Amino acid sequence: MMRPIRAMTIILALTATPALAQAPSGGGDIAGSATVKAAAPVTGEQVYTQVCQACHMADAKGGSGAAVIPALASNPKLATAGYPISLILRGRGAMPPLADMLTPAQIANVTGYIRTHFGNNYATPVTAEDVLRLSPPKSAR
Amino acid sequence: MEKFGTTRRQLLTAIGMVGGTAALYQAMTTMGHAMETQYKGPPNLAGARPGASVLVLGAGLAGMVAAYELNKAGYKVRILEYQNRAGGRNWSLYGGDSYTEMGGATQKVQFASGHYLNPGPWRIPYHHRTLLHYCKAFGVQLEPFIQFNHNCFVHSADAFGGKPVRYREAAADFEGNVAELLGKAIDQKALDSELTKDDREKLMEALRGWGMLDKDMRYKANLLTSEHRGYERPPGGGVNGEPIPSQLFSFHDVLNSQVWKNMAFFMNHEMQTTMFQPVGGMGMIGKAFAGQVQQLITFNAKVTRINQDKTGVTVTYADTGSGAVNEAKADFCVCAIPLGVLNQIPNNMASAKRAAVAAVPYSNSVKIGLQMARRFWETDDYIYGGHSFTSQDIALISYPNYHLFEDGPGVLLGAFASGAGAYRLAGMTPQQRIEAALAQGSVFHPGVYRKEFQTGASVAWSRVPWTLGCCARWNEETRKQHYQTLVAVDDRIVLAGEHASYVGCWMEGALLSSLDAITRLHKRALEA
Repeated sequence: MMRPIRAMTIILALTATPALAQAPSGGGDIAGSATVKAAAPVTGEQVYTQVCQACHMADAKGGSGAAVIPALASNPKLATAGYPISLILRGRGAMPPLADMLTPAQIANVTGYIRTHFGNNYATPVTAEDVLRLSPPKSAR
Repeated sequence: MEKFGTTRRQLLTAIGMVGGTAALYQAMTTMGHAMETQYKGPPNLAGARPGASVLVLGAGLAGMVAAYELNKAGYKVRILEYQNRAGGRNWSLYGGDSYTEMGGATQKVQFASGHYLNPGPWRIPYHHRTLLHYCKAFGVQLEPFIQFNHNCFVHSADAFGGKPVRYREAAADFEGNVAELLGKAIDQKALDSELTKDDREKLMEALRGWGMLDKDMRYKANLLTSEHRGYERPPGGGVNGEPIPSQLFSFHDVLNSQVWKNMAFFMNHEMQTTMFQPVGGMGMIGKAFAGQVQQLITFNAKVTRINQDKTGVTVTYADTGSGAVNEAKADFCVCAIPLGVLNQIPNNMASAKRAAVAAVPYSNSVKIGLQMARRFWETDDYIYGGHSFTSQDIALISYPNYHLFEDGPGVLLGAFASGAGAYRLAGMTPQQRIEAALAQGSVFHPGVYRKEFQTGASVAWSRVPWTLGCCARWNEETRKQHYQTLVAVDDRIVLAGEHASYVGCWMEGALLSSLDAITRLHKRALEA
């Protein structure tokens, strides 16, 4: 026999969760599937391959069409770590902010990775603390 | 949301009591309940000044409907389009087509004749009346899109030992268990303060009937529950005619499968049946629109600057083939260029407008079409259209709604990824994407999926050269800060597209935005 309080908890859980997890209205066409389960990327290379590469390309040279996806390869703007960190956190133009998708550690790792690969050679390590310092407050996302 | 809903309901009840049904309907309409779209019919653009001209940037649906209506109203209209094709994101890929994404990877599509992949929009809600209006007006033949199929699969790495189960079974068990638990809560007096005795009794009756509960209010393996979830041996004729009930899943697995997400998805207003698709591919809509405005379009025109002054709008563009630079001038401009692209085009719109353009990022999405030599999902699994859902990156596979029962090949949608899954797939080469789609999709149809595969094509929207993404991604904050600025007429220029609507990422949004934009631009033109 289930005690009333426990039964009530289950009911609340059943009715409350979908409302919280639902896609916001006007979000467009979606698959309607369960949450994707995949091992989270950890190293800078893994984050680059599984996220950044979707736009910036495997060789980090970006691309061009009606507009441009900037190259990260041989990019002097990466000299200041705060620049890529800030862009990753806040996005720019079509590039979405990734502050909610990536952890500070993932952002630190991938920033370190792009600053030491693809013809960039800025060896100063980047830490999760560096990322946290530049992170926007949750309410502003 | 719930709190707001209650308030609104109370208000409507009050209005109904005071003013009667007509007042109630009026109020409901105003609040957007009874009417399902803001479409009020073609725009009234009467009285256009002779010789007044409009330059339209982008030959997607927003641009083309603007051109069509303004041209009809007497404006001198010209469209500049970056691609060599009209339609924008309304697009189908057929055998013989070639597609080059940013980064340079080119795919030669090899689907059999009559088969296609819809990289962008692929289904139309019945209440997207603007789109349905123009489809009818322009002679686009529509057919049902099979949205809801109980016999498709649900797969989760966390449930049922990683094996797919039928949606019907998982959904029935979810509802049955919820009904039983709620019944227990009533039995244990947990809802006594919430409901009157009369309503508790009615709810009990509802739970029994809806959840397929037995006389003791229990959800058990029996012929009753099998009516919803299916049988071990279905009813038949003759000697073995008697049905055998199916066994139930553990509620733990049902919860882990997140089948409720699929169930809630089908309840979504935009996803409710009946849905439609054009016969022959979604791109037929773009083609039909283009058929109305073809003579107005300059193709292969890459806009490089947009300037307005007291006398008009000047747009500089380069021919993507020859590189030759030209200028186009008009009194006014409807700019239907996606925001991510527009953000990179030098212009002298107001700084608040430019800030709004820059503030909206774009979503990603990956679609993959896989041609199979035979329609094994129909012949082997009795699946005719609909979607099988998975917690893998591909998110789903969706079965074609056309050429059903044919012996020949079929092109199924092998992925409709978004978020992290779409980033992972987009970062791959087209060949790697196909491989990933085959590996993941095999979970539903082991043994045959790879064996019957013939050819595939993929579109990763983050690499589409003319959008830099799938759709504008607004949030509460950016809506508040920038939306009204974005849609406002900026002297002689107005923006149009799904990004300038609250029906984001739908063709309906592009059309509603455009009709509203040209109505306001027309008003501005008359005031000039």
